[in-house]
Amino acid sequence: MSFESELSQGQFCIPECTVCKKIVWPDSDFCNHCFGPVSLKKGDFKGKIIEFSRQNEEYFCVVEFEGVVKVIAKISEIPKINQIVKISKCGISNGNHFFYVN
Amino acid sequence: MVKVVIAAYGITPFTKDDQKIESVLLKSAKNLFDNNPKINRNDIDAVLVSTNSNSKYLSPILSEMAGIQPKIAHSVESLCNSGTNAIVSAYSYIASGLADMVLISGAERYDSPGQILEWDNSRGEFKHPIFWASIFTKSYKREFSISDEDLAIVSVKNHKQAKENPNALTMDTCTVQDVMNSKKLTDDLRVLNCSRPCTGSASILLASEEAAKKITDMPVWITGIGQKTISAGFTKHASFSSMESTKLAGQTALKMANHNTEDIDVVEIHDAFSVCEPIALESLGFSSTGDGIGIVKALHETDNFKINPRGGLIGSGHPLGATGIAQTIEITQQLQSNAGNRQVDSAKVGLVHNMSAAATSSTVLVLEK
Repeated sequence: MSFESELSQGQFCIPECTVCKKIVWPDSDFCNHCFGPVSLKKGDFKGKIIEFSRQNEEYFCVVEFEGVVKVIAKISEIPKINQIVKISKCGISNGNHFFYVN
Repeated sequence: MVKVVIAAYGITPFTKDDQKIESVLLKSAKNLFDNNPKINRNDIDAVLVSTNSNSKYLSPILSEMAGIQPKIAHSVESLCNSGTNAIVSAYSYIASGLADMVLISGAERYDSPGQILEWDNSRGEFKHPIFWASIFTKSYKREFSISDEDLAIVSVKNHKQAKENPNALTMDTCTVQDVMNSKKLTDDLRVLNCSRPCTGSASILLASEEAAKKITDMPVWITGIGQKTISAGFTKHASFSSMESTKLAGQTALKMANHNTEDIDVVEIHDAFSVCEPIALESLGFSSTGDGIGIVKALHETDNFKINPRGGLIGSGHPLGATGIAQTIEITQQLQSNAGNRQVDSAKVGLVHNMSAAATSSTVLVLEK
């Protein structure tokens, strides 16, 4: 299963090289360090909010996982810098990845 | 290595016109040849087109429309810094001896597909540039205690300067209050903090020293080139309040030209959004970290046009593929003392900063007369 196919089913995974064990981000078929094959780590990952802003009533934030993976996600509450969050919902809609955290 | 000269240029007004990209391209090339009748089109070895348009084979098309049969003809695309990437490619052809004379034409339509980087899925649903700009703005404001009113001065200054640029998208000036009252896009960005996509083209002719002698007696030399790509994805940035690619490209270009920032008389900065101007000034070394806005304020208060004399992207408009070429033309005009009411006194050395996709990639050029 690829990162995208897992994501399309609502599962957020972290891509990791099977050879050098580095996290590969953005997701790719091969490691950008050693070109090794990539596998997906599944889990209930904790992320940290490193920046945010708001459009209309909707907050969006840059969330960092495992020190490498960063995504822009929606959050329903007022975010705080360094706040620890988890992915509550994710998927692919109209070709765009989407992420919610809380 | 062969020395490389900017020998001629042509540009058209930036508009919101709905024109075919081929027509837009041809207009600035025609302007270049109209203004420089000494150019023999048979001497042009290469034609490079800078654009994000999805139209194909544009360089051979432009060549045919302009009556040129070049040895080398191809397009260059690198989102917002396509223009300076094309200039660097042309420089390389001449410096290596593969060509003596290269025409570079950049063009874009107001609805360019280059505004969105679809590949960057780490941005989630937030792929429009206003979102990376909002994150940069929020980060910069918090880290250095900068206010929205402080950042509004960038737009006020650049619209004021664009009023002296006959090719600018708009001649409208604005106040800090106008910026603060303009349409709110996010908590950290208003419409007047943004450059606007538009239709426009710009062309430049590079030549070897020998070939340029037949065309111009006011050569402007490209003496420094620096480029750096950190990533393609916005979220790879280690910091949202500085521009690493700009810093490294600037260092490389200044070292190649054997200059430092104190030697630079006039600068074109890629102010896609108001926050980009102070951050780029800091990353290039024109100010200490967090004090870029201090320079902007001081220049504005003294009506000094040193930074973005043509009005930058915010004042002039941002036809992506033409922008880097238009920036280079502005510095050329400044060094030739041919910039009209925008002229910066005694300009001898100038710098162009052009970047792509949230500063993931930057190009810096140093030009001298």
